[in-house]
Amino acid sequence: MAVITFSINGEPVSGRQDESILEIARQHNIRIPTLCHLDGLSDVGACRLCLVEVEGTAKLFPACSTFPSENMVVRTDTDRLRRYRRTIVELLASEGNHQCAVCVVNNHCELQNLAYQVGLEHVRVQYLFPRKDLDASHRDYIIDRNRCVLCTRCVRVCHEVEGAHVWDIANRGINCEIIADMHQPWGTSDSCTSCGKCVLVCPVGALIEKGATVAEMEKHRAFLPYIMTARTKHEWIARAIEED
Amino acid sequence: MDKTNDTRTIVIDPVTRIEGHAKITIRLDENGRVADARFHVNEFRGFEKFCEGRLVWEMPGLTSRICGICPASHLIASAKAGDDILAIQIPETAELLRRVLMLGQWIQSHALSFFHLSAPDFLLGFDADPATRNLFGLLANNKEFLRKGIRLRKFGQEIIAILGGRRIHTPWAVAGGVRDPMSNEEHAAIAAWLPEAKATVLEAIDVMKSVNDRYRKEIPNFGNFRSLYVGLVAEDGSFEYYGGGIRVMDGMGNTLADRVPPREYARLFEEKSEEWTYLKVPYYKSFGPAEGMYRVGPLARLNICDRMGTPLAEAERRTFRQLAGEQETVNNAFFYHYARTIEMLFAVEEVERLLGHPLIRGLHVRARAMINSMSGVGACEAPRGTLFHHYEVDENGVLQKVNLLIATAQNNSAMNRTVRQLAARYLDGKEVTEGLLNRIEAGIRCYDPCLSCSTHAAGSMALHVVLESADGTILDERKR
Ligand code: SF4
Ligand code: SF4
Ligand code: FES
Repeated sequence: MAVITFSINGEPVSGRQDESILEIARQHNIRIPTLCHLDGLSDVGACRLCLVEVEGTAKLFPACSTFPSENMVVRTDTDRLRRYRRTIVELLASEGNHQCAVCVVNNHCELQNLAYQVGLEHVRVQYLFPRKDLDASHRDYIIDRNRCVLCTRCVRVCHEVEGAHVWDIANRGINCEIIADMHQPWGTSDSCTSCGKCVLVCPVGALIEKGATVAEMEKHRAFLPYIMTARTKHEWIARAIEED
Repeated sequence: MDKTNDTRTIVIDPVTRIEGHAKITIRLDENGRVADARFHVNEFRGFEKFCEGRLVWEMPGLTSRICGICPASHLIASAKAGDDILAIQIPETAELLRRVLMLGQWIQSHALSFFHLSAPDFLLGFDADPATRNLFGLLANNKEFLRKGIRLRKFGQEIIAILGGRRIHTPWAVAGGVRDPMSNEEHAAIAAWLPEAKATVLEAIDVMKSVNDRYRKEIPNFGNFRSLYVGLVAEDGSFEYYGGGIRVMDGMGNTLADRVPPREYARLFEEKSEEWTYLKVPYYKSFGPAEGMYRVGPLARLNICDRMGTPLAEAERRTFRQLAGEQETVNNAFFYHYARTIEMLFAVEEVERLLGHPLIRGLHVRARAMINSMSGVGACEAPRGTLFHHYEVDENGVLQKVNLLIATAQNNSAMNRTVRQLAARYLDGKEVTEGLLNRIEAGIRCYDPCLSCSTHAAGSMALHVVLESADGTILDERKR
């Protein structure tokens, strides 16, 4: 695979052609905020937090799903980008019902971390206080749509990793919501294997364990790259042969 | 002219040195005599509705935010309602730890009421200059005593902080038990306070008794009437604060209901809504709204129990009982204060007893279960009186209905009556004297009502008095 050289924030960097700007930036210790991206899952460019500037065009590009070309000049930390990122987090906060103080993932929440990261002090737009459902019909888990940021990580992990494809998005625009199977109570889903992967990858307190109380849930996501590496490199086969 | 048009209304607003914000109206009849008094509460609206649709597991965390003064009480009542819905027997260690937490809440709350809020009246007198009749005036003369009081309150706060992980609105108690056991260091840290705390409480009791003597003449006007008394008692009839069943006693010492499981509270009490307050006012069902007025809190608890489980407090309770004189119960609201100091003593002794329990440092503190009952009630004795949390859930644990019965609501009728009694005695013509205001405030403070999530600065003396005619014209107005 061809190696390309380009620059990020004035610093010359290089990476493989099939690596996203985000991956290459990370290899060079350049931090770009992300939300919908999760190592081990495909990228969909849904949240737009990772937007970067590319010289020669006014368009902004999501670093997680943009691939660099030779001699590209990329900027990740301009005033404009900082302003946009802050606004995105404000919009996310205002379009759900986020009462952090009584939330199950308080202090372990990616949305909260992003708010700190982008220096959010207050929300300038009006809160929508939408009426959203909470579905507690599953034996072990709950989806509280009041806190969903529509990152679709749950959709992807269920489809790409577990292979069950329980989750999908219904409706459009502001009415988008995550639904189970044919838009039915999660507990009645035939395809859900109750593996719990969606709960672990959810960045916020939307997918949670039943019985968890305020600020109690911490999500461990390291399992994902682990599984994916094992799967793509067939490591378990190698080990099985060795053990024979 | 019709009678109602001829009444004048005096409004005292806000009542200072009460947690939160409240308003008092005194209604006069056409002869300028006190016809009625009302203590308005404008808090708590909507909280129950707000919780509907949420999950039963979140409730301890949610409801402990109702009140910044006694969050631990809501936490425990809520966790117990959750236990009831999970139909779970919580581990013994968890119960011991929840008890310690509650006592911490009692100590901090009672110490606040006694040392910070009521001591200025006790030690400086009701007619003292309002400019100095507050915490600062008190500090000038009783520095050492007050310092001890602040430390005592700190002890209570420390217990809550140590167990709850240093948060005010601690979600540490959960349906099924508590989140973390008690470590050796935490045990030692709490135990280290005990000797000092006990000494302070004993001193407070001495001061209290001398106050009782000093105000012998005034006390009969402080909410002195027969009422029903309600609280929890243990299986053997002794003083209880965490478990047990409901006892209802009348003002002559007759037990009307005994050891009724909290689950059946609705069989005993009914709540009526009034247009002048956001609180629903409960009463003892079989007696009807007027006769069914009852009091909860320290005075009630000391009246209804057969004995107290710790030696020093029990000895003091016997002295307290003598105040009843001919009657079987102590019916004077002023003695809430005395009862409160006795409860502080009990709390300190009881913490000591619990710390000595072989299971207090057990590691099994949480049981887990799913929804096994669609309805649950949790009751406990908050510092100000019996607290009930009643939840109805669907089969997934989503709340369909929430009802909270709080102490201040239960005491509301009695507080009105207390204000009426004081006003009848001290109101002179159309003038609201400083002395009257002070006494009304002091009368309300007997009940130590909790009114919101915010603590007013101790000793702030903003008072607003409005004298109104029935058509709303302000006849007289006074601010301080
Ligand atoms: S999901 Fe995160 S941002 Fe939303 S309420 Fe919970 S802690 Fe707050
Ligand atoms: S439920 Fe969680 S993982 Fe799924 S879209 Fe919403 S926020 Fe993302
Ligand atoms: S992380 Fe790139 S768009 Fe969400």
